[in-house]
Amino acid sequence: MSGNQDAVALKRRSILLGAPALAGGLALAGPSRAGVRTNAKIVIIGAGAAGLATASRLADRLEGASITLVDRRREHLYQPGYTLVAAGLKSADYTVSTTREFVARGVTLIEEAAAEIDPVGKTVTTDQGKRLPYDFLVVATGLELNYGAIEGMDVARIGQNGMGSVYAGPEQAAATWRAMSAYADKGGVAVFGRPPTEMKCAGAPLKYAFLTDDTLRRRGNRDKAELIYNAHVKTLFSVPIVAEKVRMLYADRGIRVTHDHVLRKIDLERRIATFRTPNGDDEQRYDFINVVPPMRAPAVVRNSPLPWQTGPWAADGWAEVNRHSLRHVRFPEVFCVGDVAGVPKGKTAASVKWQVPVAVDHLIAAIQQRESKESYNGYTSCPLITRVGRAMLVEFDYNDNLVPSFPGIIAPLEELWITWIMKEVGLKPTYLAMLRGKA
Amino acid sequence: MKDLDLGTLLAVFQEMLGWTLWPVIALAVLASLAFLWVVLRDRSLLSRRLVWAEICGLGGGIAAVLIMQAVTHSGFADLGGPIDWLLVVGIFVFGAIGAALGFYALFGLLAGGSRKAA
Repeated sequence: MSGNQDAVALKRRSILLGAPALAGGLALAGPSRAGVRTNAKIVIIGAGAAGLATASRLADRLEGASITLVDRRREHLYQPGYTLVAAGLKSADYTVSTTREFVARGVTLIEEAAAEIDPVGKTVTTDQGKRLPYDFLVVATGLELNYGAIEGMDVARIGQNGMGSVYAGPEQAAATWRAMSAYADKGGVAVFGRPPTEMKCAGAPLKYAFLTDDTLRRRGNRDKAELIYNAHVKTLFSVPIVAEKVRMLYADRGIRVTHDHVLRKIDLERRIATFRTPNGDDEQRYDFINVVPPMRAPAVVRNSPLPWQTGPWAADGWAEVNRHSLRHVRFPEVFCVGDVAGVPKGKTAASVKWQVPVAVDHLIAAIQQRESKESYNGYTSCPLITRVGRAMLVEFDYNDNLVPSFPGIIAPLEELWITWIMKEVGLKPTYLAMLRGKA
Repeated sequence: MKDLDLGTLLAVFQEMLGWTLWPVIALAVLASLAFLWVVLRDRSLLSRRLVWAEICGLGGGIAAVLIMQAVTHSGFADLGGPIDWLLVVGIFVFGAIGAALGFYALFGLLAGGSRKAA
């Protein structure tokens, strides 16, 4: 039986096994498997999407393990919802819940920040001085928004004087909506762009230009506005076929594109954004700007031996993992999942959904001293909103192939209502189920 | 979607609807059982009652589509391809059948054992 046939057979079996669970209303996650008995000490740094989902799956599959989650933040933030908040469709609290409600039974949550990782001594130390020895470590710290790299930027002023920044947090996303809405009432120049670093959800800056265009049109002020998208390289998106589609849509919507522009300085009083270009600085006066900061690994990872030593991911401290197993290449007891993983593409919740089961299986295989056959192909997805009510379901892998989940049914590069519904109604519950290890 | 099985779907709907999931399922099951009970009791589908239930069903179908649009901040202008129209039809049919079935059962229960009542 080929791999594909195996997968189909397994899926059919899952459906068949799921039916009694539905009828009985008891088991929610399909078939339960016999737990692997172990006394391994597993520490997970970070209780975001990747950390919680990993903890849930490990707790489901292991018996007797010590699983410890380390994260100081008590709120859990549903970051894919920020765009909807910044579009004025949801309030800030739509994206906020608590970490504790998603911590699986049998998992210990330590509400302290990880301060030091010693992968040689196999120990994590918290900011309160607690030492946590481990047999296996899962690094799921997420990433750091490096606003300080933009001269003149002040996070406290997001929402003021025409400056927005969707990424900074729920309240900042709501403040960005207020700034964008005020701009859409009058028109003027709106400036968009993205940083030159790896970043989470590279579609989000593109979406926000689309949403600003849509808001202007709904207010009848599109003809009073000029929208400029400053791409950091010569394309709008890393996947060529998607970049071409966005280029055509931007042309259709009248969004002007400049290339090789990287925001390096902002004058919040005079509303001037300065971009670094191959031909020197380009100053753009704006009435509204969506600032997307450079991103890098958090200090606890950057200052550890875990980052890449050379290559494109070394400077920003992304963890050096095997791209298919998420296992660290120099410290085999360490796995890195989610945003902090130094792999091409894929700093999204969808990546987490695909990465976590693979990393968990490799970790359990290591406990059992067997080889895991699971492999992560770089899958990630982005419901690329093109206006309120429509989106394109863009899914791709490491090789820039489109990998549609619903081939022949939902066209990947078509602006569709069904994709919008998936984004607005389906994504959050799927995400929350993922945190519990059930999706 | 990875691992899209019934267990996953149920988990997703549980997150979507929270505590209301099981009351909603219970209501749907109760309405279906009431419909079956009324049909078995009357030993046939009564055409007059069925016509009224179908008229209510039309309203239910339209309501389902409009509610979906209201919840998703969207409208008919947002339909972008054939799959969107199929989805609208699906939502309409789902709402229409559900409402028709529910109203037929309700009319039957209100009418008691009388076969003449609508």
